[in-house]
Amino acid sequence: MNDMTPPSREERIESLKGMGSSRKRVEDARFTQGKGNYVDDIKMPGMLFGDFVRSPYAHARIKSIDSEAALAIPGVLAVLTAKDLEPLGLHWMPTLAGDKQMVLADGKVLFQGQEVAFVVATDRYAAADGCEAVVVDYEELPVVVDPFKALAEDAPVLREDLEGQTEGAHGPRRHHNHIFTWEAGEKEATEQVLDSAEVVAEEMVYYHRTHPCPLEPCGCVASMDKVNGKLTLYGTFQAPHAIRTVVSLISGIEEHNIRVVSPDIGGGFGNKVGAYPGYVCSVVASIVTGKPVKWIEDRMDNLMTTAFARDYWMKGKIAATKEGKITGLWCHTTADHGGFDACADPTKFPAGFMNICTGSYDIPTAYLAVDGVYTNKAPGGVAYRCSFRVTEAAYFIERMIEILAIELGMDAAELRRINFIKKEQFPYQSALGWEYDSGDYHTAWDKALKAVGYDDLRKEQAERVEAFNRGETRKLLGIGLTHFTEIVGAGPVKNCDILGLGMFDSCEIRIHPTGSAIARLGTISQGQGHATTFAQILASEIGLPADSITVEEGDTDTAPYGLGTYGSRSTPVAGAATAMAGRKIRAKAQMIAAYLLEVHDDDVEFDVDRFVVKGAPERFKTMKEIAFAAYNQAIPGIEPGLEAVSYYDPPNMTYPFGAYICVMEIDVDTGTHEIRQFYALDDCGTRINPMIIEGQVHGGLTEALAIAMGQEIAYDEMGNCKTGTLMDFFIPTAWETPNYTTDHTTTPSPHHPIGAKGVGESPNVGGVPAFSNAVHDAFRAFGLRQSHMPHDHWRIWKIANGLGLHG
Amino acid sequence: MIPAAFEYHRPADIPAALAILDEHGDDARVIAGGHSLIPMMKLRMADIEHLIDLQDISELQGITVSGAEVTIGAMTTQHDLINNADVARVAPIMHEAALQIADPQVRYMGTVGGNVANGDPGNDMPGLMQCLGATFHLVGSGGERAVAARDYYEAAYMTDREDDEILTKITFTAPEGGYAYEKQKRKIGDYATAACAAIVQMDGGTCTSASIAMTNLSDTPIFSEEAGEALVGTACDKAAIEAAVAAATGAIDPAEDNRGPVDFKMHVAATIIRRAIERAVSRA
Ligand SMILES: Cc1cc2nc3c(=O)[nH]c(=O)nc-3n(C[C@H](O)[C@H](O)[C@H](O)COP(=O)(O)OP(=O)(O)OC[C@H]3O[C@@H](n4cnc5c(N)ncnc54)[C@H](O)[C@@H]3O)c2cc1C
Repeated sequence: MNDMTPPSREERIESLKGMGSSRKRVEDARFTQGKGNYVDDIKMPGMLFGDFVRSPYAHARIKSIDSEAALAIPGVLAVLTAKDLEPLGLHWMPTLAGDKQMVLADGKVLFQGQEVAFVVATDRYAAADGCEAVVVDYEELPVVVDPFKALAEDAPVLREDLEGQTEGAHGPRRHHNHIFTWEAGEKEATEQVLDSAEVVAEEMVYYHRTHPCPLEPCGCVASMDKVNGKLTLYGTFQAPHAIRTVVSLISGIEEHNIRVVSPDIGGGFGNKVGAYPGYVCSVVASIVTGKPVKWIEDRMDNLMTTAFARDYWMKGKIAATKEGKITGLWCHTTADHGGFDACADPTKFPAGFMNICTGSYDIPTAYLAVDGVYTNKAPGGVAYRCSFRVTEAAYFIERMIEILAIELGMDAAELRRINFIKKEQFPYQSALGWEYDSGDYHTAWDKALKAVGYDDLRKEQAERVEAFNRGETRKLLGIGLTHFTEIVGAGPVKNCDILGLGMFDSCEIRIHPTGSAIARLGTISQGQGHATTFAQILASEIGLPADSITVEEGDTDTAPYGLGTYGSRSTPVAGAATAMAGRKIRAKAQMIAAYLLEVHDDDVEFDVDRFVVKGAPERFKTMKEIAFAAYNQAIPGIEPGLEAVSYYDPPNMTYPFGAYICVMEIDVDTGTHEIRQFYALDDCGTRINPMIIEGQVHGGLTEALAIAMGQEIAYDEMGNCKTGTLMDFFIPTAWETPNYTTDHTTTPSPHHPIGAKGVGESPNVGGVPAFSNAVHDAFRAFGLRQSHMPHDHWRIWKIANGLGLHG
Repeated sequence: MIPAAFEYHRPADIPAALAILDEHGDDARVIAGGHSLIPMMKLRMADIEHLIDLQDISELQGITVSGAEVTIGAMTTQHDLINNADVARVAPIMHEAALQIADPQVRYMGTVGGNVANGDPGNDMPGLMQCLGATFHLVGSGGERAVAARDYYEAAYMTDREDDEILTKITFTAPEGGYAYEKQKRKIGDYATAACAAIVQMDGGTCTSASIAMTNLSDTPIFSEEAGEALVGTACDKAAIEAAVAAATGAIDPAEDNRGPVDFKMHVAATIIRRAIERAVSRA
C-alpha cells in the first residue's frame, strides 16, 4: 500500500508526532470541557458517605465518645471509633516511613484535626450533621509545636505507644520525641576541614512547613462486593499498585481480590502518595455495611490533616579558601515530622535525598545528619513537587552559597562558577554518596547570566542602593540566583524501595492489527500529560503515530505493576520502560519485516515508521503493514501477535539541573514586592515535548513563588492551625503570577534509554531559592544574612525594620 | 463545609420579608449575595434556621444617578456597580474601590447592601461610604429611617441596624475634587491589610475640604475628621500630609492577625494613608 507520491522522510517524522514534537495535550479536550472523571464524580447505587469527627485540640486525652445523639439523626447509620476498628487490628496503620499512625484516635490525639470518629450516613449532609452531634470529652495535654522544645528532657511524651522503645525503624531513638538520626558523609574529616579552613560561614536555614494543596483534595470510594468477595477502591492515589499491596497486607484480603483504580486526579504534588485514615475507614465501612462508601475531604481537611511538606531546620557550615574555593560542607537538620512519621521516602532514606545537599558544587568533604522529631502537628513530610527532600537540600545549599559570598565579599555568581562540578568530571562521585550522571553547569550558567544582562543588573542595583541612601526611592532591587541540581527517578531497586516494594516501573504494549496501539503503565498522571508524552516516546520507538496510541494508567486490574508517579520518576523510570518495551516490539517487527521482504533479519533496518532493506530503500514494510501481518499471516517460527512488556529497574538516578534568575523590586515600607523578570533555564536531558516542559516549568515556578513569598502551614503555641483555608494559605492567582522566560540546554542522561531526565519538579526545586535569594539579595547591601521564608509582606517589612531602613 | 439545615424563604416584596423577620425573630436572617453569610454557615459559626433571600424584591435593585445625587439599591451587586458608567463618571472613587474588592467571581454575587450591612471591619464599602458621607436607609416594622454611614458601625458585626430591619438603599452626593482608594492586600481575593479612602478638594492651591476614612484598621471602619481638618486650609504640602497621616493613624487600633503584627500594620497604614492622600491631591 505504498503511496503514489511518497512523503519525505521529514514528513514521515513529523506525522508521527514523536519525541521533540510540541504535540497538543490529548487530555485537555476532556479537562477543559468538564468531562474529566474524578473520584467525586463516581456515583454508585446505594452509595453511603463518610465524614470525620476531628479533634479541636492539638494534644489531648480522649475520655469518652458519645455517639447517641448522632445515631438519632435520620440518615446516620454508624459511628466508627478506634474501639470498633481494634478487633480488626485496623485502629492503627503502618506509615510509609516505618512508623505507625492512628486511623482513629486511640485514647489520645496528637494534632489538631486528627480523625476521632467516622460517621457513615446516607448522604453528605446527614454525615456532617452526625459529626457535629458526636460528643467527645477531651482532657487537654501540654502542647509542643517546636521541634527543639520537643527534644527537651521534660517535654511532654507525645507517643505513649512507643514508650520504652529505644530502637525505631531507622535506628536508635535517644529521646521520647526523637524518631531517628540519619547520617551521610564523613563527620570527623568534615570537622577537620572546618577547623582548619580560611573562611567558614555558618547559618541556620529554615525551610518552613507548607502544603501541596492540590486543586482536588483527597478522597476515595470503597466498594466491597460480598457476593464475589472483591474489593474495589477508587481513590486519589499517586501509587495505585502500592496501595493495593498495602491494603492487602493490612486487611488480609488477597491481592487478586482487590482492584484499585485511580481515575483522573486533580493534582497530587506528593499529597496523594501516602495512605490516609479516610481510605481505611471507607473500606471498613463498606465491609460492614455491604454498600459502597465515599469519603471526600474538604479544603480545610486537606490543608490541616493530610500530608504537609518541608519543616526542616537546617544548620549549616560551609568552609572555603579566601579565594572562594569550597573545601567542606556540614549540615545538621532538625526535621519536624508532626505526630506520626508519615514521610513518603524510600525506606533506606528517612530524610529522603537530603544528601544531595552538596548541590551543583565540587565539594570534596561533607557531612550531613538529620534528626527526626515528633511534635503536635499534622503528619506528612512529603515531597511537594520534588524528589524526596531535594527541595530542602537545594534551598539549603543555595542559601549557604549566598551566605558564603557575603562572608567572602564576593559576587555570588562568580562564587558559583568557580565551584561548579566541571563537565569533564561526570560521572561525578559526590562526597555524600551519589553518582551524578551528566551535566554541563558552566555552559548553562553563562547562558543564563548573559540572557538577563547580569553585569548591567548589578550596576543598576548599586545605583539603586545609592539612590535609596540619598532618599530618592523606597524601593530596592534584588537579583536572585540559583543553580540547582536535582536527583530524580527513584530508583534502582538495589537501594530504593518503599515498604519493601522495589521502585522499578513498567510498560505493557499491545499493537492492534490495524497499526494502532495501547500502552499501559505502572504510573499515574495527575495532570502531567502522560497520555500525551508516553505516546510520543513510543511513536519514535515503534514508528506508529502518537495519535494512534492510547496510554492507560491507574487501574491495577489492567496496568502492569509499578510504583506510581511522584519524585519526577515517571519519565526516568516508566518512560524508560516504555522505550524498552517499544524496542522489544521493534525487534519482533524486524523479524516479521525480514520474512515479508524475503531477506535475512540483519538485512533490514528501522527507518522512522518502517523497516527498509539495507541499500534498497524502495523495498520496505511499514509498521502498519507489519502489525497486520503479525496477526494475520502465518510466519514460520514466529508466534502471532505483537505485544511486549518491560519492567525497568534503572541503573542510576537522573540529575536534571538548571539556572534560574529572579529580578525583584521590594518596597521597604509595605513589604510588597514585584517580580520584574524571571529567567528559567532547565536542562532535563532529552526533551520529549517542549510545550509540556514549558507548562510544567510555569506551574512549578508559580508554586515556588507561592512557597517563597507567602504560603505556609502555621501553628500558634496551642497547636491551632492558623492557615486552614485559602484565605490565609497563599495560592497565587494570575494577578500575582509574573511572566516567565524559559530556556534550555540539553545534556542527555547517559544511562537512560532515551536520555531523558525528568522535569516536572525542577521549577519548584530551583524556583524557591531563586525567589528567596532575590529577597535576601535586595538587602545584602544593608547587612542581611538570613531571614526565613515565607517572605510575606510583614516579614519583608520586618527585615527592613530590623536593618533600620524605616528611619 | 456543610451548613446545618435551614428553611429558605423568597419573598417578593419588603412587607413580606419584614413579616417573615417578624415571625421568626432571632432565628431568621436576610441573605443577599451570600458571600459573607454562607461561609459562616458552612463553618457552622452561624446557625440560621430561616434564610430570607432578598433577590426577588425589585425595590432593592438598581442604581439611579440624577445630577450629583446617587442612589444605590441594597441588592446591587459589586459587579453591577463597577459596570455602571454613571457611577464611574460622578463617583470614580466608588468604581476604583469596588474593583479592589475580592475577585470577579465574588463581585458577581456580593452586593453593596450586604457589604455595608454586614459590619465586618474587613469590608471595603463601609469606609468608603464614611468617606463619602453616605446615608443608609433602613425599613423595619417600625417604619423607615435614615442613618449616616459615619454613625452606623458600633463594633465588629455590631451595627445600628435592628434585627428586624432591612437596609433598602444607600444615598450620597457625589463629591467634587480628587480621590483615591488605596488598599494593600496579600493577594487578589484578600481583605485589606490596610486601606484608605481619601477625597480632597483644592481651590487655587488651597485645600477647601478633605475626607479620610480607613478600612480594616480597627473593629469598625474609621472616619478621621481630624485628618481631614489637618489638610483644609493648607497647600497639602509634605508637612500638612504628615499631620493628616498622624491624625489618621492616631484614630486606628489595628489587631494582629495572619497579615502581621500591630507595629507592621501601623507602619503600613501610615504609608497607605499617605499614598491615598497624595494621589487624591494629585487628582484634585
Ligand atoms: C473570597 C472572598 C473575598 C472577599 N474579599 C472582600 C474584600 O476584599 N473586600 C470586601 O469588602 N469584601 C470582600 N468579600 C465579601 C464580599 O464582598 C461579600 O459578598 C459582601 O461583603 C457581603 O455581601 P453579600 O451580598 O454577599 O452579603 P451576604 O453574605 O448575603 O450578607 C452579609 C450580611 O449582611 C446581612 N445583609 C445583607 N443584605 C442585607 C440587607 N439588605 N439588609 C440587612 N442586612 C443585610 C446578612 O444578613 C448578613 O448578615 C469577600 C468575600 C469572599 C468570599
